[in-house]
Amino acid sequence: MLKEIFNLTLLQHTIRTATPIILAALGGLLTQHTGMLNIGMEGMILLGAFFGVLGSYFFGSSLMGVLLASLVGVIIGLIFAIFVVELKSDEFIVAIAINMFASGLTVFLLRSIFGVKGAFSSPDIVPLPRVNFSFLENVNFLDKIFNNHSIFVYISWILVALIYIYLYKTPQGIWLRASGEYPEALLTAGVSAKKMKYKSSIYCGVLCGFAGAHLSLGYLTLFSENMSANRGFIAVAAIIFGKANPIMTFIAALMFGFFDALGIRLQVVGVPSQFTQMIPYIATIVALFIVTNRQLQKHKKSKGERELA
Amino acid sequence: MAEKLIELKNISKQFPGVLANSNVNLTINKGEIHAIIGENGAGKTTLMNILYGLYEPTQGEIFIDGKKAVIKSPLDAIKQGIGMVHQHFMLLPSLSVAENVVLGSEPKKKKFFMDYDKAIEITKNLAQKYGFKVDPREKIEALSVGVQQRVEILKVLYRGADILILDEPTAVLTPQETDELFNVIRKLVSDMNKTVIIITHKLQEVLAISDRVSVMRQGKLIGTLPTQQADAKILTEMMVGKEVLFHDLHREKVSGEKVLEVKDIKAKDNRGLTVLNGVSFSLRAGEILGVAGVEGNGQSELVEVLTGLRNLEDGDYFINGKKITDVNPSNMRNLGISHVPEDRLTMGLSKEASLWENLLMGLQHKKPFVVKKIHLNKKKIFERTDNLIKEYDIRAIDRYMKVKKLSGGNMQKVVIAREFSFDSPILIIAQPTRGVDVGATEFIHNQIMRKRNEGAAILLVSAELDEIMRLSDRIITIYEGSITGEFKNKEVTKQTLGLYMTGKQNKLKGSEDN
Repeated sequence: MLKEIFNLTLLQHTIRTATPIILAALGGLLTQHTGMLNIGMEGMILLGAFFGVLGSYFFGSSLMGVLLASLVGVIIGLIFAIFVVELKSDEFIVAIAINMFASGLTVFLLRSIFGVKGAFSSPDIVPLPRVNFSFLENVNFLDKIFNNHSIFVYISWILVALIYIYLYKTPQGIWLRASGEYPEALLTAGVSAKKMKYKSSIYCGVLCGFAGAHLSLGYLTLFSENMSANRGFIAVAAIIFGKANPIMTFIAALMFGFFDALGIRLQVVGVPSQFTQMIPYIATIVALFIVTNRQLQKHKKSKGERELA
Repeated sequence: MAEKLIELKNISKQFPGVLANSNVNLTINKGEIHAIIGENGAGKTTLMNILYGLYEPTQGEIFIDGKKAVIKSPLDAIKQGIGMVHQHFMLLPSLSVAENVVLGSEPKKKKFFMDYDKAIEITKNLAQKYGFKVDPREKIEALSVGVQQRVEILKVLYRGADILILDEPTAVLTPQETDELFNVIRKLVSDMNKTVIIITHKLQEVLAISDRVSVMRQGKLIGTLPTQQADAKILTEMMVGKEVLFHDLHREKVSGEKVLEVKDIKAKDNRGLTVLNGVSFSLRAGEILGVAGVEGNGQSELVEVLTGLRNLEDGDYFINGKKITDVNPSNMRNLGISHVPEDRLTMGLSKEASLWENLLMGLQHKKPFVVKKIHLNKKKIFERTDNLIKEYDIRAIDRYMKVKKLSGGNMQKVVIAREFSFDSPILIIAQPTRGVDVGATEFIHNQIMRKRNEGAAILLVSAELDEIMRLSDRIITIYEGSITGEFKNKEVTKQTLGLYMTGKQNKLKGSEDN
């Protein structure tokens, strides 16, 4: 039975299920660096999923789906930034509003545009292209794990590297981090911290749009109500777990993807789905407990050292 | 005739409820060290923030080199050759020295990437040119405050500033670091042809370093004069507006009973190390007992023990001759102790709460301020609040104002007003005028003396020896958790106290023997 759970399919699923979390978390860690914790990613992913399907269905092109999903991401990211940066609203309230808005809007549009309840699927929705590397085909396990994924799987990996370089090797990245750590310092150096916050929020919107499009156009070609299924929140957990470092966050997202995939595998061997669906969330809670506990210990230690000094 | 470099004409700045600057006209000459002096809240920093583009003036114009300058952001100011070193350093703790120096105009390679090597080289060269010792690779958080200030200055110089504004640069420095800074400033002006504007409220510094000095009071520029023509008395009068300064306080003869006594008390600090090592003294009604000592020798813990905030490990504590067995804050308050804590922000006040709420603390469960145990009687509370605001001259927009928006001096007055209004027979007062301007200091001193003359027993802990010597009837010195000496005020000199405070009283005896 263990063989049925722990096999190559598990790893293949891990990569697949981790991808939307990776994409969203990469966006969220940018806003995290500018000092905004964005739990509105959940709604942003959902909107991305819906508009991905809409674009793909009407224009008959998955690229148009992705473009439409990103465009909506830009708009929502802009709205988030206007409220948080300009109007100084509480970021949690704005994010919750975005989540509720996304959930309501997609249900409404699903009925008014497609005339269906629950889910919309059609052969006219063009899926995202799959990628096959012929040089991997010779090695069976590499072929099984890494080949034949939706294109966003590979894009997300490239983005991890690009965003790492952006954050730590370019002036723009330094400004972005500075705008969260000490905005006044950036301002007095002649750079607008506000602008960096806007940028991060818009990037986050686009990346969540990608995540959504990957969900609805990647492997399945359908949109169902609330199909983001809390991935936005798990992305937040991955950011916190990875301390907003792109590589650590990537690893954390992969880990959450693994537990997600594990749940699916357990379901295959007959464990009731009510239990298997809990697994990713239990993993999240345990992971957050470990991280915060470790930070607490470290904090205590450094405080003690300071007092001794 | 000196060449005019900057002219501020008719600058006013209106904040909600406060006119921070009112028709200020100020001229800065090329190559001078110009001090701007005034009490907290006089509008010095606001004026300089306008010059640096952080605030837009409500009215007025700025001329640089005779040309009208539009400065809407720090970037505009930087382009005009103006750089500012802020009181709170604008450095990113997690970044290196070099990264901080070049922040905002980083050297690049391949158009897109940060050139770290170049940044380090630039910082190294700059540091060398101006004679600063600083490692470009070191992270800011690992540096001392004095070195961080150097980095701030380098940052400003990297941007090619010819005019440096330094906002309260010595507030965080040790005397040695201050001397070093002044040498740097002199060198910048004499060797590098820079112009320096220095904001401060310390008179000695103004007299030591500046060429000319401008005095501000309540948002207005009172006057500018060459430093050679100024002395401490003239400047203080200009700052405060009247001659109040530190005349002798009226001291009535009160002979009171012994109300508080401690015998051989011991206490540990937060790390569990013994910090009070058998302290004994007594305190009478109608006297002020000053505790003089270098900070960190157990004074803070002593105050905490007496007010019930810290465990009494060993020894006896008597109030009115009765031994106290249960030492905790509410018990000590009930026994008639009021406490002005050393840190008003963390222990004395709730920053986010309003003025009236802060003034009510301690009475919120007492009649007549609460009716039927759950309902606050706002009428009575506000009556009391407004009386205290008037009596203690607390400058606030209204009683609903959040305490964190008050100036330091007014915050301290809130604490003093509340604690003094309880009419407690015993007052434990720690650092009553730390970071408080001259006018408020004078006011607080008068209030403390009034309480003494009314018969309160007062324990005064202060790091300012002048304060201790001005107010106390008796003085005890504390060093490494023990009392090293006891003196009647007026019978002891500052120098002697200094030796007892540092545990070097034997030197004194040695010299007497000779």
